[in-house]
Amino acid sequence: MTVSASHPDFAAAGVHPFPHRHLLGVADLAPWQALYLLDEAERWIGQPAARDTLAGLTVINAFFENSTRTLLSFEIAGKRLGADVVNMTVGTSSVKKGETLLDTALTLNAMHPDAIVIRHQAAGAVELIAAKVDCPVLNAGDGRHEHPTQALLDALTIRRRKGRIEGLTVAICGDILHSRVARSNFVLLSNLGAQVRAVAPPTLLGTDLERMGAEVFTSMDEGLDGADVVMMLRLQRERMTGAYIPSPREYFRFHGLTAARLAKARPDVLVMHPGPMNRGVEIATEVADDIARSAITEQVEMGVAVRMACLDVLTRSRRGVAGW
Amino acid sequence: MVIAFTNAANVATVLVRDRLIESVGGPVPEGARIVDCAGKHLAPGLIDAGVFVADAAACLAGGITRVVLMPDRTPPLDDPALISWAQRIGKPHVWVHPLAAATRGLEGTELAEIGLCREAGAVGCATGRSGIADAGVMHRLLQYAHGFGMVVVTHAEDEGLAGDAVATEGEFATRMGLPAAPAFAEALRVARDLRLAEATGGALHIRQVTTAESIDLVRDAKARGLPVTCGVTPAHFLLNEQSVSGYRSFARLSPPLRHDDDRRAVIAGLADGTIDVIASGHDPRTQEDKRLPFADAAPGMTGAETLLALALTLTNEGVILDTVLAAMTSAPARIFGLPGGTVAPGAAADLIVFDAQAPWRIDADASVASAGNTPFDGLAVQGRVTMTVKGGDIVWSA
Repeated sequence: MTVSASHPDFAAAGVHPFPHRHLLGVADLAPWQALYLLDEAERWIGQPAARDTLAGLTVINAFFENSTRTLLSFEIAGKRLGADVVNMTVGTSSVKKGETLLDTALTLNAMHPDAIVIRHQAAGAVELIAAKVDCPVLNAGDGRHEHPTQALLDALTIRRRKGRIEGLTVAICGDILHSRVARSNFVLLSNLGAQVRAVAPPTLLGTDLERMGAEVFTSMDEGLDGADVVMMLRLQRERMTGAYIPSPREYFRFHGLTAARLAKARPDVLVMHPGPMNRGVEIATEVADDIARSAITEQVEMGVAVRMACLDVLTRSRRGVAGW
Repeated sequence: MVIAFTNAANVATVLVRDRLIESVGGPVPEGARIVDCAGKHLAPGLIDAGVFVADAAACLAGGITRVVLMPDRTPPLDDPALISWAQRIGKPHVWVHPLAAATRGLEGTELAEIGLCREAGAVGCATGRSGIADAGVMHRLLQYAHGFGMVVVTHAEDEGLAGDAVATEGEFATRMGLPAAPAFAEALRVARDLRLAEATGGALHIRQVTTAESIDLVRDAKARGLPVTCGVTPAHFLLNEQSVSGYRSFARLSPPLRHDDDRRAVIAGLADGTIDVIASGHDPRTQEDKRLPFADAAPGMTGAETLLALALTLTNEGVILDTVLAAMTSAPARIFGLPGGTVAPGAAADLIVFDAQAPWRIDADASVASAGNTPFDGLAVQGRVTMTVKGGDIVWSA
């Protein structure tokens, strides 16, 4: 499937560009809806803060699982748009006092926020909360299931650096089994016309990835061959010591991204990583710091723009924006 | 009381006197209370072989007159005093036949006092919601239980493969991002336990077989004459993994729902008699246990009220009615050595009258069970119990 990089003229077609109340996953998005979000995000890149956009609106970041960069990114995105952003993290919440997830959801809802951003360690938890609250819900990662804003920011980064997504070969490498980033990217990038590869040792692959549009490789050299984009995934420390792979050094030897290995990919290959990186485990420092090829810091920048776009689009109907 | 169950033509009158069935096909004596069964079926009271809660109201509404109770209680039924207590919890209307915990505290390491439990009324022993990981313990259990002629009821899932899985490995679980275990985690355990049963000669009942591969293993074992039986709940012949979509925690079951090929294999296994028993697995769970993210929710479903109607769906899948009913009556009676389960002179007068055609819709809110956690809420079914007779007394009627 190939999809035009620019979205159609929605108004002329009589189609609502983004008919979703929540952003729970990229699997719910038609290709043109994802592209619409990318275009909206593009508008915010390098722009000064637009504090009147969400002025007076309250955004709650409810993070049931630890996060630094995603939480920060959502907080900055909300603040640049002028929203009152409050963060609830596990350490400070009544979750520790035994409150159930749904009670927490009802409590948050009773504070009448205008959007809730949720991260939770269980797949489906965000959907569960979304069904109980009156405002838009943005999934900031649920278990191994989805991390839609990450996939969108990855797509945006690729599109800006490569000028397109369709027809590109994207190798996603590392702990795919436990990765929501990989799942969301398989779905989104293949829906947008990329050839997606899954590259991992067999114990970290997961099953039936072909059915999600991915081509599966257990050899890094083969998986990187001719790739336009290499996306590395973080390997959790507790999985490095015998459970899924024998040791970090063995992992680096066979699945670490080194300059020599990267030479299998196309010369203009783009290297990405959702962060935080384990230098010397999944990625060599020389590769991570290769300014010409690494898009890792740009991903962070795109993350803020994508989250601004998502907060903007999802609150338009509450803000009475014409046509929404 | 003397009750005659008959139809308009008096072709097969069943006469009940003093808690027993007196005659089948004989004349109706003067003064007998006549129950007209025209257009309906008269069957033995259902025996639900494997429930976690003896939910009397739900059982009677579902035509269940005896239940085989799993030992997974707090505390586990690993002591003769607990067994004699458990035996009394459903009387007079529903008789509870407890299974003793096979290991102390159901921890899978030390044998429990299953001999004393048997004297106290246990009809077998069970490993509980999980299996016994250690093959040595399982071997000794089968040997020891065999000495008392007790059947060992097991749960078939290899713990190492199952891990924290809540779904069956495959595309669907991958997309949902749920921790998943391969379906062969069940077959692996079935193969081990069958081999141990063969080595010891002890009777083995696998409470749930849910995959094509493990059903094949049981089929082969039976052909070789091993003393093995197995069962299933309606969830595994009516639902597949897709029922988990939307992360509906009422579809969080153990073992997890399988691929559709496996579901069809379960139906084939029931049709050819490989699978002996259909049980409800009745396991009421509170909102606190179920209103959670899928993987955090407790497994289990209610099913006593819906057992008959859901089992009758098999008659549309090529399984004959006699086979369906046997799986809930004579088969569990045989495996656990229970009275009842048959309509014959001298048998206990546990009977149900049901209308196999009566349409109704499963409604969790209208359930009389102690909780409404059924994955079948809203399903249109056919077949409803109109009367439940326990020991010659009419204990429930629609």
